[in-house]
Amino acid sequence: MKLAYYPGCSAESTARDMHRSTLAVAGALGIKLVEPQGWSCCGATAAHQTDPVLAAALPAANLLLAGDMGLDMVASCAACYNRLKSANHHIVNDPALRRQVRDAIGRDYDGSVRVRHFLEVLFEDVGLDAIRPALQRSLSEVKVACYYGCLLVRPPGVMNFDDPENPTFLDDLVELMGGKSLDWPCKVDCCGGGLAMSRTDVVVQLTDAILAMAQKAGADCIAVSCPMCQVNLDMRQKDIAKTTGRRYDLPIVYITQLLGLCLGIAPEELGLEKLFVPPTKIIDALGAEM
Amino acid sequence: MTMRITKEKTERGLLQQVKELAGVDLRVCFQCKKCSSGCPVGDWVESPPAQIMRRLHLGAGDELLESDLVWVCVSCQTCSARCPMGIDVAAVMDALRTLALEKGADSARGTVPKFNRAFLGSVRRYGRTYDMGMIASYKFRTFSFMKDTDKFPQMLKKRKIALLPSFKADRKTVKRIFKTTQRPKGGQK
Repeated sequence: MKLAYYPGCSAESTARDMHRSTLAVAGALGIKLVEPQGWSCCGATAAHQTDPVLAAALPAANLLLAGDMGLDMVASCAACYNRLKSANHHIVNDPALRRQVRDAIGRDYDGSVRVRHFLEVLFEDVGLDAIRPALQRSLSEVKVACYYGCLLVRPPGVMNFDDPENPTFLDDLVELMGGKSLDWPCKVDCCGGGLAMSRTDVVVQLTDAILAMAQKAGADCIAVSCPMCQVNLDMRQKDIAKTTGRRYDLPIVYITQLLGLCLGIAPEELGLEKLFVPPTKIIDALGAEM
Repeated sequence: MTMRITKEKTERGLLQQVKELAGVDLRVCFQCKKCSSGCPVGDWVESPPAQIMRRLHLGAGDELLESDLVWVCVSCQTCSARCPMGIDVAAVMDALRTLALEKGADSARGTVPKFNRAFLGSVRRYGRTYDMGMIASYKFRTFSFMKDTDKFPQMLKKRKIALLPSFKADRKTVKRIFKTTQRPKGGQK
């Protein structure tokens, strides 16, 4: 199975761990990911908060690259996935926007390149039945709060990704790996996303509420699939402790890191050393060595 | 609750401009306030989303662009997902931001638009974001040099942030996109 893979800018910087674990898991499961040459930024939150044509043209330029390769485009970052898929939606439904995007890029794009999330590929193309026999380690009852955030599931009419209020993609994977996925109410709450630097006060309050709920639910860790969620929930625990005195010490791991560990991949190949709150407890529970 | 509304003085009202940018029909809003209830910042702002919708519908003018929600909105899209009338409230917020930048509203000088400018400046230059450059640019724009400096040693040690920019993007296409989409006042300068 061969797919065009859009790593996204964070894969080269703050989410190298997401990138590496995605590639490692893909390799172990026989998924061939090919990076389109010359891919560029999707524009993220900043572009759609600035200009609708810019917000559609930046992703469209990348989707044209995948189209030239004749492949579906898969993203691991929830934000890139959201922007690529939204661009398709708007270009297909708004002929005037399509013309403006054509003028901006210098090439027409019809919005037809299929955009997938890496988790969708795991579920729909590989299938849980094929993943199960490949598992070499068990999460052995580790309690995981699965956190989906905003961008995988919203807006539902565009993303069509699982149930928008109570998604279970991550939970199903955790259960498959032998872990215990927790029933908790913050699955699709917002961490503050792109306001990490510009309104840190907002991010600290939002992440504090999410972490408090995960702790109350008895979580050993929180599993995520978005680089902004990961960085906000992981890095801001220090600030929360400073401003409120509340300490969580909850590791924030990418689902691909957990899956990689269970597939028998070494922790250093999954970028687990990059987490601010070290996932020692989970690695020990799995019997892996770091 | 009282709301003060200064009516739009121009022929082509703010509502019409938002409608053109966001492609939404605000007449169907019946003020159920589901958007405000689900808004993660709804409790802290003076004008939660339902109030913004109402003021727009009643013909508010450019003063609406100064509402605190315009730039505190986290773009989580919970409002759009839950609106029973299918109004893309998040798209309305995007339209208000685009208009705030275009019209040079005071709110467009806050930290969030400054961050967006630093972010897009880095994309425009390298074709991909360069975190270190973007953070430096943001700090210069906001004079917040000491902010989060405690995180850097650990981030560098863990190589959780790239030291150098990437030069592998198709920068020609990206530059062309920025050039053609630049609006008169320009949010991307």
